[in-house]
Amino acid sequence: MGKIKEVDDRFKRFGTVSFTSITKVNDFIDYLEDGKVMGNKCNDCGRVFFPPRADCYQCLTSNMDWFEISGTGKLITYSKLEYAPVGFGDDLPYAIAVLDYGEFKVFGRIASDLSENEIKVGMEMKTVANKLPNGQMNYVFQIA
Amino acid sequence: MKKVGIIGVGQSAFVRGFPGSIRELAFDGFKDALLDARITAKDIDASIICSAPEYDKQRSPAGVFAEYFGLIPQPTCYLESLCSSSSMGVRMAYALVKSGLHDVVAVIGFQKMSEISSAESQERMGRGADIQWESPFGTMMPAYYAMYARAHMEKYGTTSDDLARIRVKAATYGQINEKAVYRKPVTFEMFSDPNSPMSGPVASPLRVGDCCANADGSSCVILASEERAKALSKKPVWVIGLGAASTTVNMAGRDLFTGLTVAQQAGDEAYKMAGITPKDVDVAEVHDCFTIAEMMAYENLGFAKPGEGKDLIGNKETYKEGSIPVNVDGGLLSKGHPIGATGGSQIRTVVLQLRGEAGDMQVKDPEIGLIHNIGGVGLYGNVTILGR
Repeated sequence: MGKIKEVDDRFKRFGTVSFTSITKVNDFIDYLEDGKVMGNKCNDCGRVFFPPRADCYQCLTSNMDWFEISGTGKLITYSKLEYAPVGFGDDLPYAIAVLDYGEFKVFGRIASDLSENEIKVGMEMKTVANKLPNGQMNYVFQIA
Repeated sequence: MKKVGIIGVGQSAFVRGFPGSIRELAFDGFKDALLDARITAKDIDASIICSAPEYDKQRSPAGVFAEYFGLIPQPTCYLESLCSSSSMGVRMAYALVKSGLHDVVAVIGFQKMSEISSAESQERMGRGADIQWESPFGTMMPAYYAMYARAHMEKYGTTSDDLARIRVKAATYGQINEKAVYRKPVTFEMFSDPNSPMSGPVASPLRVGDCCANADGSSCVILASEERAKALSKKPVWVIGLGAASTTVNMAGRDLFTGLTVAQQAGDEAYKMAGITPKDVDVAEVHDCFTIAEMMAYENLGFAKPGEGKDLIGNKETYKEGSIPVNVDGGLLSKGHPIGATGGSQIRTVVLQLRGEAGDMQVKDPEIGLIHNIGGVGLYGNVTILGR
């Protein structure tokens, strides 16, 4: 009686508005706090995952190790939004994009200090942990 | 093997702000199909109700509709695959009839989008993607498809003008479709006129004119076994090909950004099942939720080679008089896109075309028609091929 159950809801801090609070890969948020953007890898088959996941669908195991997204990826495509869904209006304008790192790809936002004429498909960019004005965490792409 | 036929099709008018509840909205499409098929609810053995969830408050709409439509005590259930829900419903109905479990199945699609604001609607649609890893970045459908448009432009030199031509075509036919939500003309010049709403930015490189019209609407497709179809209908239209596919929900998992793999895969399957090639298609309805989506559909379905979709629209080959008429009912762009009702409405258009009952929109004597219906951002793909 009266015992408070501790809930690990760290993931509610991901993004401007998070729609998930509890996940087995909650450590992703702690790494973000440390300035690291992490993917993970299945130790049984070697398959690399981004976004990270708790379970390998191939091996049916959960034997994962984290690795840091380092180096640069090639900008495949992007779009700059002039209109936002509910909850994101204060962020406008912002751009979403996909980077190709070869073994995996990363979907995210382009750093807000980059203007659209500085962004070119094919350019090399890096993925950087980012603190949002409302205290939430995400990651953004910067010119490498 | 026995065939499966379509004996009745119907849809409500697609409108902004339907003045009634969801059961009343859905009834309009259902009634239209019953009158078309000249049957009653008693002739229907089972129903499948389709929509994308969370636009209205009703949980499990199937039971509510079955009661309102007089479809009880027959079995009913709810099915969703976002914007392709009612095409997926037709696929499931086909399987129910083909298996012999039921003889006549009604697929009812609906969406009342006006219950929420446009920005709320974008948030709902955005949550049809990956809510854990993508939605927190502030995603929405126009921006996702805009990334495909950007990649297509970079690889093939497609331009915003090429995309605008698709919108102009849609409006040409939206004007003559009395069920369309957007019945005004759209000119090419509007896209470069800063005072026209068409030129307003949404998510680069897509503009307001590149985006489909939200609408309230319903549709209904009634399928029947070969025996029942021949007994009940003077002009049954046969389902001769079906294809369906899925892919990664997260953009990070995708390898292709200049086309939709689900459309390629579903198209290939449907062509194979029907024993035809793209050249045999006389009329098509494709999922033009955005202009770029129609451009990619031309290429993914084999109407044009990759990168050559712009020539197909540039030469007006997808107009009513062209070699492959596409969306001559106004498409999602002008007819409107009430998510769960869209696939059924596309199928209705092709059925009317094959029967020669499409009025001012009628293509000359088509024998084979194709419907391409996509759910989410190329997440789910359904291709349905119909023949006389």
